Amino acid sequence: MSNMQNLYLLVPMAPLVGAIAAGLFGNMLGRTWTHRITILMVAVSFLASLRIFQDVLDGHTFNGTVYQWMTSGDTRFEVGFLIDRLSVMMMLVVTFVSLMVHIYTIGYMRDDPGYQRFFSYISLFTFSMLMLVMANNFMQLFFGWEAVGLVSYLLIGFWYTRETAIYANLKAFLVNRVGDFGFLLGIGLVLMVFGTLDYAAVFATAQNHAHDMAPIPGVSWNLMTAICILLFIGAMGKSAQFPLHVWLPDSMEGPTPISALIHAATMVTAGIFMVARMSPLFELSDTALSFVMIIGAITALFMGFLGIIQNDIKRVVAYSTLSQLGYMTVALGASAYSVAVFHLMTHAFFKALLFLAAGSVIIAMHHDQDIRNMGGLKKYMPITWITSLIGSLALIGTPFLSGFYSKDSIIEAVGLSHLPGSGFAYFAVVAGVFVTAFYSFRMYFLVFHGEERFGKAHHAAHDAHDDAHAQHDEHHGLAPGQKPHETPWVVWLPLVLLAIPSVLIGYVTIDPVLFGGFFRDAIYVAEHHQAMAELKGKFHGAAAMALHGLATLPFWLALGGVATAWFFYMKRPDIPAAIKQRFSLVYAILERKYGFDEFNDWFFAGGARDASRFLWQFSDVKLIDGLMVNGSARLVGMFSGVLRRLQSGYIYHYAFAMLIGVFVLLTIRTWFE
Amino acid sequence: MSFLSTLFPAYAEIFLLVMVSAILIVDLFLTNPNKTVTYALVQLTLLGCSMITVSTHQHGVVYLFHNMFVDDLMSDVLKMLSYLSVSMMLVYSRNYLMVRGLFTGEFMALTLFALLGMMVMISASHFLTLYLGLELLSLSLYAMVALQRDSAIATEAAMKYFILGALASGLLLYGMSMFYGATGTLEVAAVSDAITHGVPNKALLVFGLVFVVSGLAFKLGAVPFHMWVPDVYHGAPTAMTMLIGTAPKLAAFAFVMRILVEGLQPLMVHWSGMLVILAVLSIAVGNITAIAQTNLKRMLAYSTISHMGFLLLGVLSGGIDGYGAAMFYAAVYVLMSLGGFGMIMLLSREGFEADTLNDYKGLNQRSPWLAFVMLLLMFSMAGVPPMVGFYAKFSVLSAVVNAGHIPLAVIAVLFSLIGAFYYLRIVKLMYFDAPESHVPISIQPDSGLLISMNGLAVLALGIMPGTFMSVCAVAVQQSLLLH
Repeated sequence: MSNMQNLYLLVPMAPLVGAIAAGLFGNMLGRTWTHRITILMVAVSFLASLRIFQDVLDGHTFNGTVYQWMTSGDTRFEVGFLIDRLSVMMMLVVTFVSLMVHIYTIGYMRDDPGYQRFFSYISLFTFSMLMLVMANNFMQLFFGWEAVGLVSYLLIGFWYTRETAIYANLKAFLVNRVGDFGFLLGIGLVLMVFGTLDYAAVFATAQNHAHDMAPIPGVSWNLMTAICILLFIGAMGKSAQFPLHVWLPDSMEGPTPISALIHAATMVTAGIFMVARMSPLFELSDTALSFVMIIGAITALFMGFLGIIQNDIKRVVAYSTLSQLGYMTVALGASAYSVAVFHLMTHAFFKALLFLAAGSVIIAMHHDQDIRNMGGLKKYMPITWITSLIGSLALIGTPFLSGFYSKDSIIEAVGLSHLPGSGFAYFAVVAGVFVTAFYSFRMYFLVFHGEERFGKAHHAAHDAHDDAHAQHDEHHGLAPGQKPHETPWVVWLPLVLLAIPSVLIGYVTIDPVLFGGFFRDAIYVAEHHQAMAELKGKFHGAAAMALHGLATLPFWLALGGVATAWFFYMKRPDIPAAIKQRFSLVYAILERKYGFDEFNDWFFAGGARDASRFLWQFSDVKLIDGLMVNGSARLVGMFSGVLRRLQSGYIYHYAFAMLIGVFVLLTIRTWFE
Repeated sequence: MSFLSTLFPAYAEIFLLVMVSAILIVDLFLTNPNKTVTYALVQLTLLGCSMITVSTHQHGVVYLFHNMFVDDLMSDVLKMLSYLSVSMMLVYSRNYLMVRGLFTGEFMALTLFALLGMMVMISASHFLTLYLGLELLSLSLYAMVALQRDSAIATEAAMKYFILGALASGLLLYGMSMFYGATGTLEVAAVSDAITHGVPNKALLVFGLVFVVSGLAFKLGAVPFHMWVPDVYHGAPTAMTMLIGTAPKLAAFAFVMRILVEGLQPLMVHWSGMLVILAVLSIAVGNITAIAQTNLKRMLAYSTISHMGFLLLGVLSGGIDGYGAAMFYAAVYVLMSLGGFGMIMLLSREGFEADTLNDYKGLNQRSPWLAFVMLLLMFSMAGVPPMVGFYAKFSVLSAVVNAGHIPLAVIAVLFSLIGAFYYLRIVKLMYFDAPESHVPISIQPDSGLLISMNGLAVLALGIMPGTFMSVCAVAVQQSLLLH
């Protein structure tokens, strides 16, 4: 057993070693050794995760403390691991995608001066994410939660000389603070009520508190509802759910490999994972579940709409990620936690694939990201083309591909839910299928098919979102007459390796994961939340599900979306322009992303600035600085001067002080006798 | 032979005594002005002492010489820390003293005699041995302060230290004699028993207690028995200041534990009240006066006074928590002081002492790494997490709160807050001001490495304080339960 424990420790520590080596000794190691070491470490971590996966399948789960950090009163703060089927699945996904992204980075960041720093960051991210998923207590969860947030911040602002990147990373950080505030309050409430931060101990007694009131003066909320909604607010920040979604599209300012790793495959799914992990708490509050479902449904549908009008290749994929995260959240609300995690896994593969493929296109286009300047790339980049097609098909839910199984299960599960709001959620996820298909294939057609629009001397003015380093101005698009090339093997190999699970993983694993009780004790579903059980009754094998899928509404909606995209952008490119003219109001709303950014800038940022100015000029400068700080400092300074003078340097003064001391002590002692 | 083998708990002290005598004689025949051989012998002696202390350690408590000498876990831990501290002090001060022509055989012999005095204090279980150790330590220190005999300020400091030290010794002896009069014994454990069984003249005991506490307060440098501290710290060569300011505080802690906790536990209500006065005054006067200082050595002297106040707070809270916290605090204080004085010596050179605050202006531009190490040390002294100084303060304060002295904890926190000012001022000077001199800093490899490790240890122990904290708690627990 201790042998396995060392292995558990190895999984997060190996990437940490890589991160330290690349971060502190990167210049000494040079580029080649930096990527060799970090890739080796992540590979070790992946292999160890595989071994643990096998061990967990044999029935060996683990929940224990590795290191006791400190105790405060009766509360112990510890580092510990909970290795069960849920965490081991996350470990596999994280280490595998991370490994792919590490390899891909060799090609993508080849010319970047911050090469070693980048490797250090992504390895550090891998460590943090693994600490998050392997945690057996809330404190470590919070540590991982904040650490991945920090690395995300660093990576969005990786090109720190670009103003847009700095704006984006600050925005991501601030929005996440809002979420984390709720999250921390939730953890605080757990600690207050349960007196412990240990998962197992909290879950074991959660049932006893199901009908308690929250210990918040002045309100009468159900305790579990309060805890769950607070925790979920954290998930809303991290997993970019409406209305805290605003940071994710801007996070595309970071280099593409991290868009794939952090802002699509792993970190943004931390919220989904966290809610699934907390299923014993969420199951006790129907109100919280309804809330989760409605937030997810809004995100799934309305963020999809925004994907339709984007012209930046990465932003299209980013909005698609938002929408897919909404799907997962809806599934959580329907108590179909295993389906949510299942979609998390399939999505991780095909969305990482789509992002890396987009990155490959960006390399070929010499860092021009505008899809209006592409077209006809199929001929020049066959591998990128075929893998992108696979990714897109998986994303829109083509039967037999992985996305179909997970997304269809979500739609079914929501249809079977009876919570308030499930009707709206069902509508949103079904309508979302059409939208997803439309924007995915709009991008696909514009990039890979049709007229070759690249290489024109003057493309549309580069907006600030170009993925190029500020110093590489010559890297803005192809020169006239220049043709794109397929990217080197380090770039396309990860595409191929990710395409394989994008196709197969759903077909192979749906039966055991969703219906074979794969998660066992890791996920708890209350008796009266029947969606999963009913879903199981309808399931007759993966092949049958796919064949049946051909006859259902979502499939035809997806097909319709693809067909519309083809008709609009291949056959009659004048129609979108005409629609844009006719429905300029709707277009403007979408263009401005429903006005969230403006509202946040005006209300929160502007309001905070005004309030701060008042507090600064009046409260701080006059009251605190003037009166309290400088006033007390002057007072202390005065005393200091007086006391200093006592140190006269004369030995008889010193001796006298001692004798006075003895006298005073004697007097006090005898006085009280 | 069997007599010798019964002496094993005192082997370290015996070995040290033999070695000092040998070094004194060997040194006479060495002509190398750098004293390399002597220095190596001294370091080897310290290594040997630590090996002996480790190998003669045994579980439980062993008495020797008719209950005058005791060997327990607490004494072993404190001795090990003292060896380490003295050894580090020698590394830091070697170059500093060599440049000033003070790196002599006498210096090293006196250092070892002082260490012997500390070890005797740490292991004393009899008022006479306590006094013997104290005097051996003090006489060595007086001589060391005066070692730079052509410096007026050093000889003045030595004179003050000697006269006031003699006065304090007198007070202490007078107090001890009253205990002897009241209980008829000088054995620590027997005194405790006698008091528990009832003493005819209680007033005599209380009088004795006041004098003994006054003597202790002088050794620790608690207010109002602190006046010697700034003058001596300032006047003595920095190497001697470092010696006075570090390891002897561990011995003084042991002294407090042996006399007050082991010997006079039944009088705790009386002495804890006195310690409250001393502690509060020390923390207040130390922190406030430090602000007005322009000399770093004087500032650290006042900082020491306030730290000793904190140590007393731990002791007066009582219980394993309180004593353990006080011991942890003492050890942490020693570590931080070694770094602080080490930095002064590292930056000084021939004819330049680097002991005024202005010498630290713009250090970051001259040597970013040293500035960073100094930042770690200052943050730790100020009690900023995650440096170990924070945990030291935290554990003392939590012991104080648990003992029910909440107003005391509030006062201590308030004055620490005021004290943070002068530590942070150094950081401000180093990072935000322009340097006044651009003389390149030349660092000896050994002391440069040591100061790096010293700074990083302050950080590392702060991140993982658990192990060392529990060592202190266990050491104190064993010595309390078994005596």
